[in-house]
Amino acid sequence: MNPVMIALALTVFGLGSAVSALHVSAQSPSLVKVDGSSTVFPISEAVAEEFQKSTRGAVRVTVGISGTGGGFKKFCRGETDIQDASRPISSDELEECRKHAVQFFELPIAFDAMTLVASPKNMWLQAVTLQELKTMWEPAAQGKITKWKQVNSAWPDEPLKLFGAGSDSGTFDYFTEAVVGKAKSSRGDYTGSEDDNTLVQGISADKGAIGYIPYAYYPPNKNKLKLIGVDAGHGPVLPSRDTVENGTYTPLSRPLFVYVSKKSAERREVKDFVEFYMKEALKLTEQVKYVPLPADAYQTSLEHFHDGKLGTVFQGHSGVGMRIADLLKRESIQ
Amino acid sequence: MSNLRGNKVRNAVFAIVGLIAMLVSSLTLLALIAALAMDGSSRFSSHFFFSFPSRFPEEAGILSAWVGTSLVMLVTACTAIPLGIAAAVYLEEYGSKNWLTDLIEINIANLAGVPSIVYGLMALGLFVYQFRWGSSILTAGLTLALLILPMVIITTREAIRTVPPSIREAAFALGASKWQTVHDHVLPYSLGGILTGLIIALSRAIGESAPLMTIGALSFVAFLPHPPLQQEFPFLSFQWLMDPFAALPIQTFNWISRPQEEFHLNAAAAGLVLLGMTLAMNALAITVRARFRKRLQW
Amino acid sequence: MGTRVPLLDLSHEAGLRTLSQAMTGERTLRRIREWAIEKILLLAALVSIAITAGIVGLLLYESLVFFQSVSIVDFFTDTQWTPLFADAHYGILPLVAGTLVTTAIALLVALPLGTVTAVYLSEYASPRVGEVMKPFLELLSAVPTVVYGYFALLFVTPVLQKIFPALPGFNMLSAGLVIGIMIVPYISSMSEDAMRAVPMHVREGSYAMGATCFQTAFRAIIPSALSGIAAAYVLGISRAIGETMVVAIAAGMQPTLTWNPTQPAETMTAYIVQVSMGDLPHGSIGYQTIFVTGLMLFLMTLVFNIAGHILKKRLRRTA
Repeated sequence: MNPVMIALALTVFGLGSAVSALHVSAQSPSLVKVDGSSTVFPISEAVAEEFQKSTRGAVRVTVGISGTGGGFKKFCRGETDIQDASRPISSDELEECRKHAVQFFELPIAFDAMTLVASPKNMWLQAVTLQELKTMWEPAAQGKITKWKQVNSAWPDEPLKLFGAGSDSGTFDYFTEAVVGKAKSSRGDYTGSEDDNTLVQGISADKGAIGYIPYAYYPPNKNKLKLIGVDAGHGPVLPSRDTVENGTYTPLSRPLFVYVSKKSAERREVKDFVEFYMKEALKLTEQVKYVPLPADAYQTSLEHFHDGKLGTVFQGHSGVGMRIADLLKRESIQ
Repeated sequence: MSNLRGNKVRNAVFAIVGLIAMLVSSLTLLALIAALAMDGSSRFSSHFFFSFPSRFPEEAGILSAWVGTSLVMLVTACTAIPLGIAAAVYLEEYGSKNWLTDLIEINIANLAGVPSIVYGLMALGLFVYQFRWGSSILTAGLTLALLILPMVIITTREAIRTVPPSIREAAFALGASKWQTVHDHVLPYSLGGILTGLIIALSRAIGESAPLMTIGALSFVAFLPHPPLQQEFPFLSFQWLMDPFAALPIQTFNWISRPQEEFHLNAAAAGLVLLGMTLAMNALAITVRARFRKRLQW
Repeated sequence: MGTRVPLLDLSHEAGLRTLSQAMTGERTLRRIREWAIEKILLLAALVSIAITAGIVGLLLYESLVFFQSVSIVDFFTDTQWTPLFADAHYGILPLVAGTLVTTAIALLVALPLGTVTAVYLSEYASPRVGEVMKPFLELLSAVPTVVYGYFALLFVTPVLQKIFPALPGFNMLSAGLVIGIMIVPYISSMSEDAMRAVPMHVREGSYAMGATCFQTAFRAIIPSALSGIAAAYVLGISRAIGETMVVAIAAGMQPTLTWNPTQPAETMTAYIVQVSMGDLPHGSIGYQTIFVTGLMLFLMTLVFNIAGHILKKRLRRTA
């Protein structure tokens, strides 16, 4: 027989059997599906890896990176068990979840400190105030504020080059709300990128550069970047595990979350996974170079989980500048 | 006659220009491979090939990724090849030449320019949600197949067009039917061009990350899909089609976005493995094509 | 033999008639098989058409929703594209400029390089060299686009910065150059196939007249292979316009209206990637901008394709 006929036959056979395969019930070992933000991914990956080792493969965990938006879409349709999110659930997404009768637990799991960095060639900057940041980043600065001297007369007359997150990311939303006062309100002429490694590259090479990157990207690139302190009115503060935990590095530390579907949590393997997550998150978050929450915060989250405290405390907005202890005490809405 | 010298000079100059052109492309490719090898060779070990991803760069491996890519490409090839060639044969040999077929030709050429991620979005709505096939190997394979289908159709049509009409006429004159002509005369002679199209199309599909990420390919999966071959009757299983999967380009993308330098080495190694896999995939087509091109005798 | 069959009657019916005269017994079976095969092939063709309809439908539907909130005039005339900012602008021009510039650079590289390589491999080089170089060059199209993106960013840009010191880290030049190299196999391999398939007697006739390789290639072979070469060009152009990851990584993701290739810019494709893989809630107007952008891209390639098609028809008539 000739190749064309063979190929055709194979395809028909294949598709036909595929249809029959659809009717085969899933007898595979239990599966926990995690999806969502690529920022939270390293943490979930670490937890999934350890969890699978601890159950010796009896439970399987998969983690995807569809993005917080794409992940929520799947989560609110009941397709994933756990959503990684770098921002709280938005009001549109809340509506979507309501429409599909998906109820959830909102569990903060770590901090991401937005770290201000400049080039090592930058000799004049040690710290920057919130007001100065606003002058640099607000929409009115577009095309006008192009030199360092214009922001603070003590600084030299060097060209000002701004680097930061792309406009579709939660990082961007949070930064603009914290610095400019309104989410997504920003000048347009800065170098944005989704890939933080390229931001590091760009900032490092340019004398007049300043930008913000997730904290996890600073330690591996210490010798390429200069850490800049943020002064929110109480003196300059450098980001570190301590300053983020005790809340002095503010307002640029934001919480990261996992959302757990209530229906999924009724399954034994998901419940085990979430408990494992809360118990191990402290250790694993540190390992992947994120800032963990205070130990009792994980305890409180676990209690909320067991008590069945559903819903979000954010009412569809981000909680810029809130301390984690306050967040955990808030009342939630569904 | 006065132009003779000019012609010879032009000829010689062009020979050099052609050689340089080829060298430019080849050297760029070599530079790319060298850059990847410099970073990635430190990672090559059986451990790398047979381990699952991990948060520790030295522990992380590509097992789920290359298995996933192989299975997805299997579905893609089995779908796009017959569908594309069949469609092209119909459009070129059977279809009547009117404005409608012109429109179809333009449309298919246009589809080749649609960014891959739009196919991903369409597949998300259709295969994942509407058909409820989820983020499975079947969905991924079909998405990629749709992506490369226009390319396969266009190149197959062009290959068929290069067969001189005299061949067809001779076959008809001897009493061959339409299908006999196509099957025994036109297709064998156009096989070389068809294979070129397939090679380029499949090479593109294997390296795509964006549409797969959109339909939900995984970045961490520490187990393999069900094996296609089983030990009990009927020895062939299709359960793997509905399993979740990982893919090499996505794994590469994931690793290179990490802050730790060691992960970048992993990414380079994964990139090299993908190149190797593509070469292996194309090897069969390349040898068949070489043999057929020798046989062209007009 | 009864009825006289005209010598050059090539119609489908004539073929069948001859057939039925020769082998009356298998006539019905063969006719059924022919019909069945034709219908299967038709089905395959219809699937391809259905995909177009599906994609166009999807793009149109979401775009219509979008245009209920944004005026078409603004869409085409506003010089800023900031749909995700608090102060949202929806002017598509910056993205269109980004796409056009990177594509132009890519084509400036790929079309000459690819065509010259094809001519060289098909007419000048020995067959053995051809059989080795062809798959080697095809490997260029096998490199994952992600790898190309980082190659442009981490390798090509620094090299270019040595030549143009003022070159920013993100720029359209690197991205365009790398895309050009990436699509060389599209142009070279397909054109080479088309040229290889030109019958030997055309070459022999040309050489018999005393033409050099160069003259044969450009005066005899290329005109005969024009259909295949044009198809190769069309595919290459479409691929360059539709490339996503290379531009997303190397050209930057900040849409600015500029025609200067040494500046960063965002293309339509990079924007689509950015938003669909980002943190935006699906269903919002920001999300709909993906589909509007996709529709614009589709229309742009449609214009190129129609132009190419008309050109091809005209050339085929004169060749």
